[in-house]
Amino acid sequence: MTNDYIIEVNHVSKQFEDGKYALDDVSLQVKKGEFVTILGPSGCGKTTLLRCIAGFQVASSGYILLKGEDVTSTPPYKRPVNTVFQKYALFPHLNVFDNVAFGLKMKKMEPETIVRKVKAALKMANLTGYEDREVDTLSGGQQQRVAIARAIVNEPEVLLLDEPLSALDLKMRHDMQIELKELHDQLGITFIYVTHDQEEALTLSDRVVVMSEGKIQQIGTPTDIYNEPQNCFVADFIGESNILSARMIKDKKVEFCGKVFDCIDEGFGENEPVDIVIRPEDIYVWDKAQEKRGQIVGQEDDDAEDRVPKGKFTRWYGEVQSCIFKGVHYEIRALTPDGYEFLIQDYHEYLPGTEIGMLVKPEDIQVMKKEHDIYNYFDGEIVKNGKVRFLGADWDVDEKQLESYNVGDEVRVGVKFRDVELQDYEEEGTLSGEVHFILYKGNHYHLTILTDDGDTLFVNTNDVWDDGDRVGVTIAPDHIYLMSREQQRQIEDEDRDE
Amino acid sequence: MSKLTDLVSARRTWAWPYVLFLVLFVVLPLLLIFYYAFSTPGGDFTIQNFVKFFHTSEAVNTLIYSMAIAFITTVICLLLGYPAAYIMAMAEFKTPQVMALLFILPMWINFLLRTIATVELFHMFGLPLGEGALLFGMCYDYLPFMIYPIYNTLQKMDRSLIEAAQDLGADKTNVFTKVILPLSVPGIYSGIVMVFMPTVSTFAIAELLTHNKITLFGSLIQRSFGEGGIAMWNYGAALSLIMLVIIAATSFFDQERDHDAQKGGLL
Repeated sequence: MTNDYIIEVNHVSKQFEDGKYALDDVSLQVKKGEFVTILGPSGCGKTTLLRCIAGFQVASSGYILLKGEDVTSTPPYKRPVNTVFQKYALFPHLNVFDNVAFGLKMKKMEPETIVRKVKAALKMANLTGYEDREVDTLSGGQQQRVAIARAIVNEPEVLLLDEPLSALDLKMRHDMQIELKELHDQLGITFIYVTHDQEEALTLSDRVVVMSEGKIQQIGTPTDIYNEPQNCFVADFIGESNILSARMIKDKKVEFCGKVFDCIDEGFGENEPVDIVIRPEDIYVWDKAQEKRGQIVGQEDDDAEDRVPKGKFTRWYGEVQSCIFKGVHYEIRALTPDGYEFLIQDYHEYLPGTEIGMLVKPEDIQVMKKEHDIYNYFDGEIVKNGKVRFLGADWDVDEKQLESYNVGDEVRVGVKFRDVELQDYEEEGTLSGEVHFILYKGNHYHLTILTDDGDTLFVNTNDVWDDGDRVGVTIAPDHIYLMSREQQRQIEDEDRDE
Repeated sequence: MSKLTDLVSARRTWAWPYVLFLVLFVVLPLLLIFYYAFSTPGGDFTIQNFVKFFHTSEAVNTLIYSMAIAFITTVICLLLGYPAAYIMAMAEFKTPQVMALLFILPMWINFLLRTIATVELFHMFGLPLGEGALLFGMCYDYLPFMIYPIYNTLQKMDRSLIEAAQDLGADKTNVFTKVILPLSVPGIYSGIVMVFMPTVSTFAIAELLTHNKITLFGSLIQRSFGEGGIAMWNYGAALSLIMLVIIAATSFFDQERDHDAQKGGLL
């Protein structure tokens, strides 16, 4: 089999002893010479993926090809890859020269060759003259360079970098980013770079792999990832964004904020609920007071007329809540009459209280498939005392609903996202869990709650919670709907036609 | 009144009991040893005590023999202790503390009792007491002192260093010889000193496990004071001083290493 992929990760899963998946069916192809960044929040599995490629961890299932050769269970010392570790992992008992020469000595190279190669690598890392220094006398940035030199001196096919810049201060990090990019161009080898810093990922890479919860959310060029996020997680994780629930009326027509907008997306079902993303810099704004007979007119010193694109675009209006100067632009928060909040970036200042008009070009509305809609559905069982058991807890249910069931019956349980109530104190809940992911959807927060048993629960709320908050979960008895699978399907269809 | 409060609150005030203790039980005895070692029973200055030692081949041989026994004990403890420490620190034990506890458990019992128990064990199994029993008893008593410092250094070692070595092409043998072993040297040195120092001066173990057939340097000193009567105190003091110098030499050697280790041990 010949192709230009140097690394192929095929359906790799990694399950830890506690049963949790660090990697869940991950597939990734990397071309020779590419700079690929694996991006995600901590605990998303990015480091595990890197360690599987390096050989420090063995995948539970799936396989990894390196240059077409299966290396899934090859020990790390036999792989043509080298790693730059997060905390450098320099050998404290060796000086700079011996640290860099370590790999070459393992290969039993001629001493003269070693000296020549080490000198070349140190030169590349701007460390000439540091050969005899003890590594602990070096600054963080210098140690980082030694770690890079120690890896590249072996001329690996692939260089793996595990958050290499995370321990450096901001300025040093920026300098090193540029150096790494230059190094990649000079060496022409494949770089696989793991980071949680989205800016770093967008700046450095040819392609970005966004990961969350052990799964790949999206693979694409930095511009793809930014402009066309495939789901709410990617949209929210990369850059600032306005994420709203919307409805696809038909091809190229989407409805949100009670208005119908033109867009460029097709292929969704009619009336299908979707999520949309609008980047704050893609919203055009103007002062509503300057608008005459539907024409957008600027002040004398303003060129609103030229700035705002002409044409039959849907406009909507709101009131400026806050306007903060951010250096290059102003960050404006505007509230629409029906309660949606928009984040806008503009070069002009609009004072709080100003009524503004807003407009977005069809191509700047990114439509995404909705992963989940209105209801949480669970498998449940009727238990004694008028309760139903689901998510590992017993819940009170409306007596009327129970009439058609007997104790021991299995049912589907539906609970609307909006009907799940969160309590400050875990003990007050029928169930306790942790706020796992927060998404602001313009007029409410969409939370993912991870219960202590590892189940997920979606909640829509207007209350403000923080990531990692411990909460108690309660649901009012009349908000728990018992149904059969058949009825569930009907409800889902009805929601669509609503 | 305020003077009293000042006195109580001053930190140096609280050091006085310790200073007193040190003077009474460390400095004074040391000075006495010096005085006795360099004087005749009559109180005149002399180096005769040392001359006597170096001219008594039995005494010199005992010193050499004691050091040899201590050396062999240390080597055996190192050979047994390093793998034990390594297994505890490296292997993915769910509860390495339990293993560490098991190693330290015998130390909860006074070593004299343990040694007497060892003697009984030898009797029970019909094994002869003597040099072999002595070495066994010494290793049994001092093995934890070897395991602990080594375990500590290995335990604290940054695991990513092992991964880095593997990543750079080192197989298991090379990971050990090129990274783990050099980095555990400070622990090895501490272990050696912790075992060698007490074993070179021991006497109770020797008396019990050899039925007084083997005399160690510690026993020689003990006899000089215990059986020799007041006339032998000067000679005993001289022997003590010689031992002190030897032990001081080993611990000085250790301090040198400690300094090095600190220099090299920081990441």
